[in-house]
Amino acid sequence: MDFLNAIVAMLNFVIIPASAYGAQLALGALGVTLIYGILRFSNFAHGDTMAFGTAMTILGTWGLQSLGVSISPLPTALLALPFGIAATAALVLGTDRAVYRFYRKKKSDPIILVMASVGVMFIMNGVTRFVIGVGEIQFDDGVRFVINAREFRAATGLAEGLALRSTQVITLVTAVLVVWALFWFLGRTRTGKSMRAFSDNEDLALLSGINPERVVAVTWILAAALATIAGTLFGLDKSFKAFNYFQLLLPIFAAAIVGGLGNPLGAIAGGFVIAFSEVAVTYDFRKVLGYLIPGDWTPSGPIQLLSTEYKFAVSFAILIIVLLFRPTGIFKGKSV
Amino acid sequence: MTLNPRNLVLFGGMALLLVLEGAVTKNAIFSGSWDFSLRILNMGLISAVLALGVNMQWGYAGLFNSGVVGFVAIGGLAPVLVAMPPNPGAFTAGGTGLILAFAMAAATVWAAIAVNRRARLQVRVIAIPLILIGGFFLYRAIFDPASVAIEAVNPSGAGNLGGLGLPIVLAWPLGAVFAAGAAWVVGKTALGLRSDYLAIATLGIGEIIVSVLRNEDWLARGVKNINGLPRPWPVPREIELQTSASFVERAAALGLDPVTASTLTVKLLYSGLFLIVLLLLIWLTQMALTSPWGRMMRAIRDNETAAAAMGKNVTRRHLQIFVLGSAVCGLAGAMMITLDGQMTPGSYNPLRYTFLIWVMVIVGGSGNNWGSVLGGMLIYFLWIKAETWGLELMRFVTSGLADGSGLKVHLLASAEQMRLLTMGLILLLVLRFSPRGLIPEK
Repeated sequence: MDFLNAIVAMLNFVIIPASAYGAQLALGALGVTLIYGILRFSNFAHGDTMAFGTAMTILGTWGLQSLGVSISPLPTALLALPFGIAATAALVLGTDRAVYRFYRKKKSDPIILVMASVGVMFIMNGVTRFVIGVGEIQFDDGVRFVINAREFRAATGLAEGLALRSTQVITLVTAVLVVWALFWFLGRTRTGKSMRAFSDNEDLALLSGINPERVVAVTWILAAALATIAGTLFGLDKSFKAFNYFQLLLPIFAAAIVGGLGNPLGAIAGGFVIAFSEVAVTYDFRKVLGYLIPGDWTPSGPIQLLSTEYKFAVSFAILIIVLLFRPTGIFKGKSV
Repeated sequence: MTLNPRNLVLFGGMALLLVLEGAVTKNAIFSGSWDFSLRILNMGLISAVLALGVNMQWGYAGLFNSGVVGFVAIGGLAPVLVAMPPNPGAFTAGGTGLILAFAMAAATVWAAIAVNRRARLQVRVIAIPLILIGGFFLYRAIFDPASVAIEAVNPSGAGNLGGLGLPIVLAWPLGAVFAAGAAWVVGKTALGLRSDYLAIATLGIGEIIVSVLRNEDWLARGVKNINGLPRPWPVPREIELQTSASFVERAAALGLDPVTASTLTVKLLYSGLFLIVLLLLIWLTQMALTSPWGRMMRAIRDNETAAAAMGKNVTRRHLQIFVLGSAVCGLAGAMMITLDGQMTPGSYNPLRYTFLIWVMVIVGGSGNNWGSVLGGMLIYFLWIKAETWGLELMRFVTSGLADGSGLKVHLLASAEQMRLLTMGLILLLVLRFSPRGLIPEK
């Protein structure tokens, strides 16, 4: 019986990675849920918006690096974020003007808007790959670890090492700041309140003189900022590859639906639910169990519910369970 | 489709594009190779079948299926299981274990459903998770040793269950049945909810089916791929033709060398087979669309509330059309694997096999079967040609830049990404300016 080592192993392999991943998913799901709340359609282009934003941030990072700018020990990408956000906001405002506004004015079915977002997805995907290529890109130039596994072992005398990567800390801190800023914006400012009013009841909001185009523009800018930040954090934590961002679409949608589409608080909860289940189901618990049960009882094979390749199955299963038993999500979302 | 001049011109134009691709001398626009032209025709015919399937779901019923790639992939499994030679010893090694494991899984799900229907709420909350978790562990306990045992039989050559060694054409309907089964499971859970929930749920099932094919080595060797699938009945191997004296003679009479003649013959025979399937499907779908059943489907699509008020069971009809449409996608998947002669699970990309099919349906004209056929052929042609055209365009644009300059190298290397951009643009333009497509429904 060795509880301390078991706890450290759990922290190291499950809790810390899942928290960071959950924060990234939550930021992505917030963008999806905002667009759903205001514009009332599921944006299939969101994964590629994240990819585009990250690509722009990487370009900014390379520019800053070539100028010799550095904010070591933090990664330069954080400094390049405003540039990435500005470029992405410009792109999504452009697509709104060129694509979505027409259908909004015509009051088309939501499914037509979804279809249009598939077209936008293709274009953004092509632009991203065109600009930055299809390969894998590492752009984290900060200090790698806050706590190093070897030093942790030496300092505590435990058999199990604890590694805390700086990108994980940055992810969590940034996510907290961003979420706080978003809720402050939605709750306290005039524009934020008008957005919530528009989301709750469009007709009433229009009657009370809220300018719908302004609300929509602000929503797109917020979604672009959230997508860029989420994408950059994900890329810092793992690496950037255009196709991986497209595949994030499923867990992000699952997070938004689990929490209740259109509900920002739900999106955050959903992100963590999906991330923790994904990591817990695909983690091999043999090591943790090895500390908890007597040596000769330790199983020889992996104690893993599903192999890592099936992580999509986890988001999917949670999605289906929620849809079957609580179609509006854990926190009550809207349904059109 | 009415045989009006406009539609004749559209289909004639498509045929002309394919003829030009084969007949002209090689230039920046056309390759001038009949072999390439026939390759586009064959995949175009399969794309047309796929587009017909998606059109059944979207065009007749307004259902958004974003997991087409999964149904294509599961259809592609059928040729492997039907036509490959058996792997001797694999079934005795783990076959019973697999069957037991799947029976166990089915029993678990059935028990959970039964408890959910009958028991009181307090019992359900505790019993269902217990049944599911216990069942899952039992399933894994039986399944894991069985799959390991199968993968250990002749691992370098096969390492999977192997097939039945039957004619590969039998796999086409079976592929449709596989896809229909998967669609029934998804449809049963996600239909009847909001329209875009189906889109997201199918996105998930698509990913899952593809990752099952990639990872379950006992089934179809996963990413180790399966090569050398047998050909369907009338299609010979090229080498057989080249060694047949009578064939070489006939080729020489036409002024062709035996190698070119054999590849062309094989491709033409494939085209013939696919054309038969496509014509049969068009006949069936046209009959269905003009029948009272088709009228009911369109009525449901246009106004669900009114149709429900007339006593139509909307959810059931949706499930029916979803399963039928997915079955057609599975059929196309099986045909595609037959044409390729190999199964490579790594190649199933959702952009190519889900969203590109969507572009075909929308551009062709949603709700119109002939439109889907035209859209399938045309968009596949453009998809293939956009790669070379993009490169030519980039060559032209960068011709002013110095050779070896970084920008020129980057632009030329990224030129193939132009096709994604082009497809997105085509979809958005058609959706905006001609939402009814090239051949409108009415």
